[in-house]
Amino acid sequence: MIETLDTAMGGIPQVVWIVIKILAIVLPIMGSVAYLTLAERKVIGYIQVRIGPNRVGPRGLLQPIADGLKLMMKEVIIPTNANRFLFILAPILVLAPSLAAWAVVPFDEGMVLADIDASILYILALTSMSVYGVIIAGWASNSKYAFIGALRSAAQVVSYEIAMGFALVGVLIAAGSMNLTDVVMKQQGSFLHWFWVPLLPLFMVYFISGVAETNRAPFDVAEGESEIVAGFHVEYSGMTFALFFLAEYANMILVSILCALMFFGGWLSPFQGIPVLEGLFAWVPGIAWVLAKTAFFLFCFLWFRATFPRYRYDQIMRLGWKVFIPITIVWLLVAGAMVLGNVAPWFD
Amino acid sequence: MEEQLASVSFQVPDMTPALPEIFVLTMACVILVVDLFLTDRNRVITYLMSLATLLGAAILTFSLHTGETVLSFDGSFISDSMADVLKFFIYLVCAAVFIYARQYLIDRQLFKGEFYVLGLFGVLGMMVMVSAHSLLTIYLGLELLALCLYAMVALQRDSGIASEAAMKYFVLGALASGLLLYGMSILYGITGSLDIGDIGAYLAAPGSSDNLALMFAVAFVIVGLAFKLGAVPFHMWIPDVYHGASTPVTLYIGSAPKLAAFALVMRLLVEGMEGLHVHWQDMLIVLAVLSMAAGNVIAIAQGNLKRMLAYSTIAHVGYLLLGILTGVTTGYAASMFYVIVYAIMTLGGFGMIILLSRAGFEAENLEDFKGLNERSPWFAAMMAILMFSMAGVPPFLGFWAKFAVLEAVVRADMVWLAVVAVLFAIIGAYYYLRIIKLMYFDKAEETTPLTSGTDMKLVMSVNGLAVLALGIYPSALLALCAGAMATFGG
Amino acid sequence: MNIEPIIFYFFSAILVAASAAVITVRNPVHAALSLVLAFFTSAIIWVLLEAEFLAITLVLVYVGAVMVLFLFVVMMLDINLVPLREGFIRYLPVGALVAIIMFVEMVIVVGSNRFGLDVFGAGMKHGPDYSNTKELGSVLYTVYVYPFEIAAAILLVAIIAAIALTMRRRPATKFQDPSKQVLVKRNERVRMVKMAAENKTTPNE
Repeated sequence: MIETLDTAMGGIPQVVWIVIKILAIVLPIMGSVAYLTLAERKVIGYIQVRIGPNRVGPRGLLQPIADGLKLMMKEVIIPTNANRFLFILAPILVLAPSLAAWAVVPFDEGMVLADIDASILYILALTSMSVYGVIIAGWASNSKYAFIGALRSAAQVVSYEIAMGFALVGVLIAAGSMNLTDVVMKQQGSFLHWFWVPLLPLFMVYFISGVAETNRAPFDVAEGESEIVAGFHVEYSGMTFALFFLAEYANMILVSILCALMFFGGWLSPFQGIPVLEGLFAWVPGIAWVLAKTAFFLFCFLWFRATFPRYRYDQIMRLGWKVFIPITIVWLLVAGAMVLGNVAPWFD
Repeated sequence: MEEQLASVSFQVPDMTPALPEIFVLTMACVILVVDLFLTDRNRVITYLMSLATLLGAAILTFSLHTGETVLSFDGSFISDSMADVLKFFIYLVCAAVFIYARQYLIDRQLFKGEFYVLGLFGVLGMMVMVSAHSLLTIYLGLELLALCLYAMVALQRDSGIASEAAMKYFVLGALASGLLLYGMSILYGITGSLDIGDIGAYLAAPGSSDNLALMFAVAFVIVGLAFKLGAVPFHMWIPDVYHGASTPVTLYIGSAPKLAAFALVMRLLVEGMEGLHVHWQDMLIVLAVLSMAAGNVIAIAQGNLKRMLAYSTIAHVGYLLLGILTGVTTGYAASMFYVIVYAIMTLGGFGMIILLSRAGFEAENLEDFKGLNERSPWFAAMMAILMFSMAGVPPFLGFWAKFAVLEAVVRADMVWLAVVAVLFAIIGAYYYLRIIKLMYFDKAEETTPLTSGTDMKLVMSVNGLAVLALGIYPSALLALCAGAMATFGG
Repeated sequence: MNIEPIIFYFFSAILVAASAAVITVRNPVHAALSLVLAFFTSAIIWVLLEAEFLAITLVLVYVGAVMVLFLFVVMMLDINLVPLREGFIRYLPVGALVAIIMFVEMVIVVGSNRFGLDVFGAGMKHGPDYSNTKELGSVLYTVYVYPFEIAAAILLVAIIAAIALTMRRRPATKFQDPSKQVLVKRNERVRMVKMAAENKTTPNE
């Protein structure tokens, strides 16, 4: 789709064209983040037999706009003896990698900003960088709570990154490529051809690690409001706080869409290979399937938050090191054996 | 997937020559896991399995030995006579170390599986070094060995002096590795190859050796090697580490790694840079003379036997270098003979300290050897044999070793060097003979009987007698070394 | 217009500045962060060299993991900088002299007249189909499989050494066994007691 547009607008300089593409990705993400916050409050509300926000606009639909406006109006307070430069830099460092990672995410065949070979690695590298923002925020705030939150977050992210990386290696073995488009195209056939079947343990590990990496409940000890107030961003207010908020939700969406792409066939229709239904749903564009699958995983994030109590810190570490890493290593061997053995229907 | 795999031309390397390495690695991992499930009472299983590993590796090396040079893994691995002979002695020496160490470690609550596992990984590192045929494998083997040694020194965690020794060893060792690596990188930059054979061929071409950067590379490589060998002026770590480490670890560091270090020198200087012989010869002469001088003179002033043997090691390294710097096959063979003899003698020397020690008492001072003849005439005799041998008194083994290197030096028309070496050997004889005097002519202050296990006493006796027997019939070992070195030099 | 040299010089300048900052800034946390920046910029320069796999790995391993732990430690240290700076001025002339001599020697020996473009030639540019990742993968497990395995053994030894040197079993420490916690039955925690019903009596004031 973008290629056809490319040829149609051949006159525009390349740089401008890239900027337009970036905006076409970033602006919807920002919008999604805003409405994800609303969805979160609504979903958790209904799970807890409440209604959730319903005052601003029809059925509360303008609530995120109001929240955003409120945050923009507020003063950015810089604590005494805080390191000014790093204090301001931290939220930017959190947000930038989580947006930059979207550069290699395909939404449909060929619908991707940068179709690079090592896209899985690129995403892994960038998501591992967002931890700096958190650490710097905690350190620069000159506050005990913030610092404890930062240390917790650093240890947690580094621990879960290993399991996450191994899970991605499993995908790489299965697909024989690190390019996300290739990974999706490798899953063609039917919904049983998707990688969630042969790589089920890796999918579980990846998704749970994704929850841990984004510091979401039940792994949200970095914020841990009942213990350390708000963790690393306790001293932030106004727009600086909003950036942390944006980054967290953008990361959630990223993890969800990656799950959809790597384990659930991305833009492939779930009715592929089923005689009648396949024809019936042929009109649905691929991007709709990706987004629907992403939405499902996002719902899982919210569902977890409403369901599980927070993990204790040592239990988080135990889960990451003693459970997930062994599982992924064993399953890498299994995946390798399946590929070598040309196990049908995925690897024939 | 198929096309992708097909596009990569993959030829499975011939793993057979590396079977001993693979075996040792596998067994080390198995022992590591088995040891987890053992209680302290059954720890002897770890010990027996380690010995079995060395025995198995020796059998493998022996049965794979063809006498021919085989390259594998795209030239990064070599199996030749020198490698096989040195590996065989490495197994032998390490097995003796393990046996000597057992009772000592049990008495001091140090009998942990890690000692043996790290020891085996160290053996693996030495094997890799001995069989290395590319700069990459040389360096990796060296690091594997060094890492094991640092950890083994520090293993006695509650001892401040051991931790200090480990720290010094680690810092200086890392510095030496850095220097060596720097030299290697320049060498790689100039020759464009990591393969020792290619580098040798490049430097053998006429006119290729007058390059200032090459001199830089040689200097760095030699400094790195001298650090690892412990040649003066890069010897500072040796006395402290030998003194600080627990005696079994000193025994381990002092014996087998020198065999591997010799192989390292042969691979790098002789096989890789023979074309630059004129340049590195001068550097080695300086190192050798300084080592012989400093080692022998400072050893006299030592009251601690471990420190004395450390300086004796430094002196021996000087003699070892004499053979190599001649640059001819007989010289290399003499050096190889020397290093094997040295390993056997050191084994005995430190073994004796372990034999005399018991829980809560380290027999590491010279006074502790007073009147040993009254307590145990047999082991006093063994110690006397070892000391005579180290001093280079005929007909013991050490004499032939010194004789061989001196002969090589004289043949290479460096008579003055031989004279200097003999001079310092005479000075050195003083402190070895002093121990014999203490054992036989002084009154014993200690009267407790020796408490070591039968295995230790047996091996100790074999060790001492071997020095005597091989001294009377040195020709077999000499021929073995000459055969192993046949492919080196012109 | 060729944009590559501009990118190169831009990021090289940042790299040099960041590296200089690592050793000159007073605050150790700032130094560590400068090192992160230096790693990141060198990764970008590696991308220019068509080594995108190595570049991303550099970011992933060094920036994403190693430096995080480094920063973790540095932040918790309470370094008093004054004693560290004692004698700085006194040793400066000697240190500077040695550094200058070494620098000059290096330039003489490994300068561009020996390792420059006219000696080794410019690097080859590859087409868009060239994949650095694939090239690396195809030699790493074939030609270099032996060194690769030794490196693995070295890492294993490092793990063994680290654990052997630091792990102390304290018998007094209490541990939880999560699998026991999960498998616990109701009977083990709750005791049902049958009691006769109490008679309702009026409180006697």
